[in-house]
Amino acid sequence: MRRTVADYPLVLTALILSLFGVAMVYSAGQTDTPTAVAKVYKSQLVWLLFGMLGAYGISRSSVRFLEWVTVPAYIFSTLLLALTLVIGAGAGTAASTKSWIAIGGVRLGQPSELAKITVVMMLAHVLAARKEPPKSLLDLWKPALVVGVPWLIIMLQPDLGTGIVFIGIFFGMLYWSGVSWPLLLLLGSPLVSGILAFSTGLWGAWFLVLAALVLYYRPYLVEGIVLMVANIGTGIIAPILWEKLAPYQQNRLLTFLDPSSDPRASGYHVLQSKIAIGSGGFSGKGFTLGTQKRLAFLPEQHTDFIFAVVGEEIGFIGVTLALTLFLIVFLRITRIAGRANDSFSSLVAFGLMTSWFVHVLVNVGMTLNLMPITGIPLPFFSYGGSFMLACWLAVGILARISGEGRGKAAFQTS
Amino acid sequence: MSFHPNDIARRTRLSSVALAVGFVLLLGAFFRAQVLETAAYTVQSQENRLRPIPLPAPRGIIYDRKGQIIAENLPAYSVSITAPSLDSLRASLKQLQPTLQLTETDINRAVRRYRRAPTRPTVILADASIDVISVLEEHRIDYPRLIIQSVPKRFYPDGPLVASFVGYTGEISESDLNLPQYEGYNPGQSVGRGGLEKQYEKVLRGIEGVRYDEVDARGRAVQGVGPRPDKDARGAPPLQTNIDLDLQKFVASVFGDSLRGGAIALEPNSGAVLALYSNPSFDPNRFTGGIPADYWKELNTDPWRPLFNKVIQGTYPPASTWKLATAAIGLENKVVKLEERMSIPCNGGMQYGSRYFRCWEKRGHGYQTLSGAIEKSCDVYFYQLGLRIGLSKLVGGGIDLQFADRSGIDLPNEYKPRFPARDVRTYYNKRYGPRGWTAGANSLNLSIGQGENSQTVVNMAKFYTALATDGHTATPALVKRDPDRKKVLTFSPNQWTTIRTALAGVVSSRGTAGGSAIKGLVIAGKTGTAQNSENPNVDHAWFVGFAPAEKPTILVAVFLEFGDHGWLAARVASKIMGRYTGAVPIEIATTEIE
Repeated sequence: MRRTVADYPLVLTALILSLFGVAMVYSAGQTDTPTAVAKVYKSQLVWLLFGMLGAYGISRSSVRFLEWVTVPAYIFSTLLLALTLVIGAGAGTAASTKSWIAIGGVRLGQPSELAKITVVMMLAHVLAARKEPPKSLLDLWKPALVVGVPWLIIMLQPDLGTGIVFIGIFFGMLYWSGVSWPLLLLLGSPLVSGILAFSTGLWGAWFLVLAALVLYYRPYLVEGIVLMVANIGTGIIAPILWEKLAPYQQNRLLTFLDPSSDPRASGYHVLQSKIAIGSGGFSGKGFTLGTQKRLAFLPEQHTDFIFAVVGEEIGFIGVTLALTLFLIVFLRITRIAGRANDSFSSLVAFGLMTSWFVHVLVNVGMTLNLMPITGIPLPFFSYGGSFMLACWLAVGILARISGEGRGKAAFQTS
Repeated sequence: MSFHPNDIARRTRLSSVALAVGFVLLLGAFFRAQVLETAAYTVQSQENRLRPIPLPAPRGIIYDRKGQIIAENLPAYSVSITAPSLDSLRASLKQLQPTLQLTETDINRAVRRYRRAPTRPTVILADASIDVISVLEEHRIDYPRLIIQSVPKRFYPDGPLVASFVGYTGEISESDLNLPQYEGYNPGQSVGRGGLEKQYEKVLRGIEGVRYDEVDARGRAVQGVGPRPDKDARGAPPLQTNIDLDLQKFVASVFGDSLRGGAIALEPNSGAVLALYSNPSFDPNRFTGGIPADYWKELNTDPWRPLFNKVIQGTYPPASTWKLATAAIGLENKVVKLEERMSIPCNGGMQYGSRYFRCWEKRGHGYQTLSGAIEKSCDVYFYQLGLRIGLSKLVGGGIDLQFADRSGIDLPNEYKPRFPARDVRTYYNKRYGPRGWTAGANSLNLSIGQGENSQTVVNMAKFYTALATDGHTATPALVKRDPDRKKVLTFSPNQWTTIRTALAGVVSSRGTAGGSAIKGLVIAGKTGTAQNSENPNVDHAWFVGFAPAEKPTILVAVFLEFGDHGWLAARVASKIMGRYTGAVPIEIATTEIE
C-alpha cells in the first residue's frame, strides 16, 4: 500500500523555520544604504524551492538506496572537498578561505555542506556494520578515518566552523552507536589537553583527572599509552600551533574571551551583535526596523549574524520562537532516530540532528559571545544556496527514515 | 551495535534532556541580554548610531551706545571630520589634502585637536571658502565622515577702527584649555582672544547646542528622525557698550596714516569710554578662523607694533601732564598756595646741587604762580614745588592718586604703570644703591613727570577725571555699568576754579596748546612732551584735557609716539572734543593735522 502521509511535524517545522529565515534575510537586506543584499531573499526562496523538491525526491527513494549510494557519495564529496584546495575561493567572513568551488571567479557551491551529509551517512554505514559498539579506542580507527580525512581537508581550507561540526557529528554518532561515556571522554581528552596546555597548572590537574578515568575504565595497555602520548603530544603541539596561527585567527579566539579588548576590529562583530540583540529587548524594534541592522553596524547580517537580526527586530519573543522551532525539530529527529527501522537509519538521523545542533549552538551562541566566531551558518536562516539545499536534502532523508520507521510516515512511501 | 530498544530509549531520553538543557541555557543568555540588560544595550545602540555634532552658539552682538553694531556674526562654513582612530584621521587628512590644500600646519593642528577630543568632530578648516565647500559637496560620497557645517563667524564691520578695544576671536589654544576659566570648552571652539571679546567672554559666549546625526556603520549620515532631540545653540545676549562709534571712527580718521599713538575719550563723571583707539591698528576680521601666516608675520614685524595697544599697554613718562599731579599733591599737603610765587624765577633752568636742571623754555618764564606755571608748563616752578613737597610725600601722594595701579578699565592685558614704592628709601636704594641717589634730585625729576614714572594713557585719563569733576576719579568702562568712582582730591571751590582756569589757559593764546583752541568751546588740559629713549631728537607728545572746562562732558587723553611736542597731541584732542561737543563742523575725512 502506498502511503502519502508526510512527517508533518518535521516538514512543517522545517518549512516554518525556512520561511522565517527567508523573511529575516529579506529584512537583513533592508538597509538605509541599499546594497546587493536587498535582493538575495529572492534567490534564497528559489533555493528553498529547489531544496524542497530535492527533499521530495529523496523521500521517494528508499533508505536502502541511500545506503547503497553512501560509499560513492562519500568518495565523491571528499574528492570535491579536495578540489577546493586547488580551485577554492572564499566569501564573506571566510573570504580568506577556500571553502567554495569556484570556476572563473563564479562560486558554484560549498562541498563541505554536501560532505556533512555524506560523512554522516558514511559514518552510519561503518558503525552500523559493527555487531558490537566500539569498546576501545583502537576500535575507532575506521570511524576516525571516515571523519578524519574530510576534516583534515576542511581544516586546510581552513574552515574552523565546519571542522567543529564534523567533530560534533563524530562524537554524537559514536554516542548514539553505544560508545560508553568514559571512552568518549578518553577520546576527547587530547582536545581538552590542547586547550588546557596553555596553563601548566590546569594541564597538570587535567592529567590527574585523566589518570583517574584510565584507572576506572582500564583500557588496554597500548591504548592507555597511545592515549597518554596523544594527550602529551597535543599539549605540546597546541601552543606551537597557536604561534603558527595567523594573527586574525588568534584574534578571533582571543576576542571570544574578551570582545571589548578590540572593539574596532575583531571584537567589533560580536559587540555589534550583542548591542543589536540586547537593544531588541523583549518584543524587538519591529520587523525590518532594526537600527543596528538598518545602519549596517551588524556584520554579515544576512549570513552568519542573521540571528542577531531576529534578536533585534523581534526581540526575545522572536528568539524564543526560533529556538523553540529548532528544539521541536531536534526532538522530532531524535524521536525518528529512536524509532528507526535499522541502525543505519537511526545513526543517519541522529548524525544529521547532531550536525544541525552544533550549527545552532555555535551560531546562536556566537551572536551573544557564548561561542567563538567561526563563521558557521544557521540552518534554514542564513543566506546560502548550498546550505539551504543541503538542509532540505537532509529533511528529505529524515522524512524517509521517519516513514520507514515504526509505522511513521515519510513524504511518501511505497 | 547496541540497538536494543531499551538502550535506544535511554539514549533518546538522555539526548532529549541534553537538547532541552542546551535550549534553556541559550534562552537564558538571551533573556539576560534582552530583558534584564536591555536598557544598557539600548543606550549603546543609540551611542553607536548617533553622532553628536556640536552646534556653535552665535556670540553676543556688541553694540555702541547708539545701537550701532561693533561686532556681529555672519554665516560661514566649517569643515570637520569624525574619525574612529588617529590613523583613520591621518588617512582622511592625506586624502583631503589636495582638495582642501591643507598645509602641514593645518594637518598638525587637526591631529592635536583630535588628540584633545577624539569623540568630537575634528575641525579641519574653521572658515572654508565657498569654492572648497562646492568641491567637497561634489565628492560627498567619498568622504562619509566629513561634516560641513554652517557656523557663525565673527565679523567687525569697522574692522581696524575698533580693533583696539573690541579685540578679536580665535580658536581656543592648547594652554587655555587647561585654565579653569575655560572649563567646558573644547578644541576648535572660538573664544575671545583680546579686547572686549576676551574680557566679556563669559557673557558673549552663548550656549553650544548639539545635533544628533544618525549615521551608518561607515559613518555616513542617513535620513531619519533620531530618538534624541537636537539641542539648539543658544546665542548670547547683546553687549551694550559706552562706545560712540561715530566718535571712534572720527578719532581713527584724525590719526589717519601719519600719526602713531593712542587716544581715549571718556565721560569724566562716569568713566564711560566713548572712544579708544590705538594706531596703527589691525583687522580683527582676518583673525577669525585662524590667522593667515603672512598677515601674522606682517603684524609682528611692523616696527609700529599694531598689536600693541598704546592706550592700555604703552607706558610712557607722563611728562608735563603729570605737573597737575604735583600741583594737586602740593595743594593737598598745603605746601603751596595758588597765587604764591616760587622764590627762584625761571631763567630757563635752575641749579640744584652740582646739576643744572633745565626748563623746556630756554628763555625762561620768570616768576610764576601755580596757575601761571600750569599754563606755561614751567619746569623751574615745579622743580621748586617738588622740593617743597619732598620725595616721600611726592611718591605717597602719587600712590594715593592711583598712579601705582592699573586704571581698572574693563579690557584684558592692561599694563601696570611704573612708579616708586611708598617706602622710597628702600625703593631707590634697591634701584641705585644707597649712594646712587638723592631725594632732592629725584624729587626734581619726579615733579615734572620724568624719572621712575611711566604711565599708560588710560591711567592719565583716569587721573584727569578727578580734575574734570569734583575730585573723584572714575574707572574707565567700555561696557555700561554703575560708575566706579573714588574721591582723591579735596580742593576748595576756589582751588578748583583756579586750577580749571589754569588748565583752560593751556589751551588759550597764553598756553602751550594755544593753537588747539576751538571757537565756542573752552578746553581745559595739559600738554606734555616726553623724552624718547629710542630717539632723543624726537620727543613723544601728550595731551590730557576735557571740555567744556566748567562742566566737562568729554575727557580726552592723547599720546603720539614721536609727536615731538605736546601741542600736536592737543590738536588731536581738541578735534575730538570739538567733534563730540559739536563745536566744530563735522569733517570725518580729516586725516592730517594742519
